[in-house]
Amino acid sequence: MSLALPNETLLDRSAAGRPFRRSLLQRVLSFCVREPMGTLGLVLVLAMLIAGLGADWIAPYNPTSNDFTAMTEPPSWAHPLGTDQFGRDLLSRIVFGARTAIIVGFTCAIVGGVVGLVLGVASAYFGGGVDMLFQRVLDVMMAFPLIIMALAVVAIFGTGVQNVIIAITIPLIPRCARVVRSSALSIREVPYIDAARTCGLGHARIILRHMVPNVMAPFLILLTAFVGQAILAEASLSYLGLGVQEPVPAWGLMLQGGAEEYASTAPWIAIFPGLAIALTVFGISLFGDALRDALDPKLRDR
Amino acid sequence: MRTKAALATVLGAALGAALAAGPADAAETPKRGGTLIYMIPADGPPSFDGHRETTFATTHATAPFYSVLIRVNPDNPSSTTEFVCDLCTEMPKPTNGGKTYTFKIREGVKFHDGSPLTSADVVASWKKIIDPPEGVTSARKSYFSMVANVEAPDPHTVVFNLEAPSNAFLPALADPFAYIYKKEILDKDPHWYERNIMGSGPFKFVSYEVGQSIKGERNPDYYRQGQPYLDGFVGIFAAKQAVRVDAIRADRAAMEFRGLPPSARDQLVKELGDKITVQESDWNCVNIVTPNHQKKPFDDKRVRRALALAVDPWHGAPALSKIANVRTVGGIVFPGSPLAATNEELQQMASFWPDIEKARAEAKRLLKEAGAEGLSFVLNNRNIDQPYKFVGTWLIDEWSKIGLKATQRVLPTGPFYEAMRSGDFDVTVEFNCQSVVNPLLDVAKFLPHTVYTENYGNYEDQKEIDLYNRMLAETDEAKQRDLMRQFEKHVLDTEVHAIMTPWWYRIIPHRSYVKGWKISPSHYLNQDLANVWLDQ
Repeated sequence: MSLALPNETLLDRSAAGRPFRRSLLQRVLSFCVREPMGTLGLVLVLAMLIAGLGADWIAPYNPTSNDFTAMTEPPSWAHPLGTDQFGRDLLSRIVFGARTAIIVGFTCAIVGGVVGLVLGVASAYFGGGVDMLFQRVLDVMMAFPLIIMALAVVAIFGTGVQNVIIAITIPLIPRCARVVRSSALSIREVPYIDAARTCGLGHARIILRHMVPNVMAPFLILLTAFVGQAILAEASLSYLGLGVQEPVPAWGLMLQGGAEEYASTAPWIAIFPGLAIALTVFGISLFGDALRDALDPKLRDR
Repeated sequence: MRTKAALATVLGAALGAALAAGPADAAETPKRGGTLIYMIPADGPPSFDGHRETTFATTHATAPFYSVLIRVNPDNPSSTTEFVCDLCTEMPKPTNGGKTYTFKIREGVKFHDGSPLTSADVVASWKKIIDPPEGVTSARKSYFSMVANVEAPDPHTVVFNLEAPSNAFLPALADPFAYIYKKEILDKDPHWYERNIMGSGPFKFVSYEVGQSIKGERNPDYYRQGQPYLDGFVGIFAAKQAVRVDAIRADRAAMEFRGLPPSARDQLVKELGDKITVQESDWNCVNIVTPNHQKKPFDDKRVRRALALAVDPWHGAPALSKIANVRTVGGIVFPGSPLAATNEELQQMASFWPDIEKARAEAKRLLKEAGAEGLSFVLNNRNIDQPYKFVGTWLIDEWSKIGLKATQRVLPTGPFYEAMRSGDFDVTVEFNCQSVVNPLLDVAKFLPHTVYTENYGNYEDQKEIDLYNRMLAETDEAKQRDLMRQFEKHVLDTEVHAIMTPWWYRIIPHRSYVKGWKISPSHYLNQDLANVWLDQ
């Protein structure tokens, strides 16, 4: 017998009042009908995922290969989104840039989220001095805005994809821990946690087996928000010259490279990567909102 | 395409008109008054002391406050041989078999605090450059290894005695960083000029806002009759190019003196027409690629040679010149100098082979032989767009054509130097920028670190040092040129201590009302603003 509460959001009830489990397709369709904006967000996120994961097959050109015979070409059949100042195909760079965004966005969100989750739940579970110590440390970390904290970390570790991931992940941890802790605090007081203690279960098992699953709803919503934040932070760092470096295709870097210099003569160099960032973050945001509505019983039936 | 062609024609015509208008017309009578506002493409100078610093951020901010002994003719700064007096009264003829230069110093010159400038101040300043006291840094000390001593036999005479005659001495003496300081201040504190300004130049110091701006006002006691023409100047620090271009476009600033890329020039000319004048020049600056000889596999000459052979400057330079401020293919000597290699001579060396396919096939063969096929490495670079990052991106693509996988590590100036000095790099993009075109001293950059501290290749090469010393001691120009070829071939082809990229090209678009300033092959030269005036 599981001590965790059943997740009501995945269940429905038949006319006879018996719960029945709907198929995945039914649930997806139901989500699409109930959350059209969320569906739009999902489509945008899926488009980015497909572009990023299938970049090797989708991109028409090598994204890092210079072509000095096609410098700053406007959009055409040969180059649907035009070329940059090195003659590199912008479509190919945007498609491969999605891969960089996925790597940075998802890695930061997952690592930062999971560490924050464990810390937040542990802090709530242990309470007392441990909780106070954790929270004061988190207070200090949260005193710095995400991008400022990331800038400081990059200044210490240097640039490059790996360091950018570290730089963005670190500030995400306290944000996740704080939200998760507030949910976990109420769960700590419910009888089944006392029952688990009485049964002699260890702290780790109680936290991971019985508390963590019950804060998954806010955690998942947070995770989607973190993906968007991480992509934006990566783009910001790259734009400032502190993120990934040329010739790696990355959206923020593409805005930094030639976008300023060619804003008036070759605006497509700035427009398309800018659009890619905007649409992706917009999509993740819409999808996150819809997910929140879907997972929150109070909002779901509004 | 027709639109593009038409735009190109309009731009070309506008640029042509602007270039034809050229710099200030010598026939025009300068007008007095006004304040020149210009942009300085930096966050600020590391210090105000010209003797210590090597960056334009120092000269662009402080040169108007100081006098120098001699200088490149400000009315013909493109000349590589025309030196004229600033504080001296007449350019001396060497005596004592070419080993003694005697300068007469102007009378009546005053520092900005009202005290007279004498030969004692000139000697004290030059001694600080040539033989600085312990704990004081002189960036160009090594340029004056030929000087035996400098003395002031009377208040208006300065004598330089050389160990041996040298063609490199006078050009080195015209160094624009060689400000004349007040002896009394130097005697009390040789570091005083790092944080303070007090000279005898055309402008007096007014204020400095850290990272913001520097201001100067006209020196009424300046020794050149009628100069300076301006009432004052304001130099605004802005590292970001877009900010500087916007400032010129909106006429919040009249110009910048370092150089903008072709796109910025075209944009300003297109938008402002005849309100913008463009001056262009070859630039005594070049990015060089230095492999770290202490790091495997770059200790292997074959790998270094493969890196050089993969690069195609003959096709790269014309393309890069459209997007970056680089242009001319050249060897270690400033192109156009009598000591520079001809194209035919260049083509005999690695990285200049005319047949790039053959060169890359040879590069692949060398890599295979050295067991370095598909090598991955990090290219260290400086966090400056023009032209560092453009050159770095180009190089990485060139190397990818022989199967090398280079990633770029871009660092701000401080950590960039730190990485090079500590040897924490595989291959680095660095630079050789000089002020006065003086090939004999300029190529010292390629000497081992034990001889030239700003070389970061981490190698020792006695044969190279011997070749250089023979060249330096040679006074016959033809023989000197022959020795330079041997030295160049040794550096770029035999040992491949460095790989050249296209030499920089200086483009200065400025508001057409700025007159009197003329472009030179160095962004360090001709910055005292004494002959600049505003036609408003």
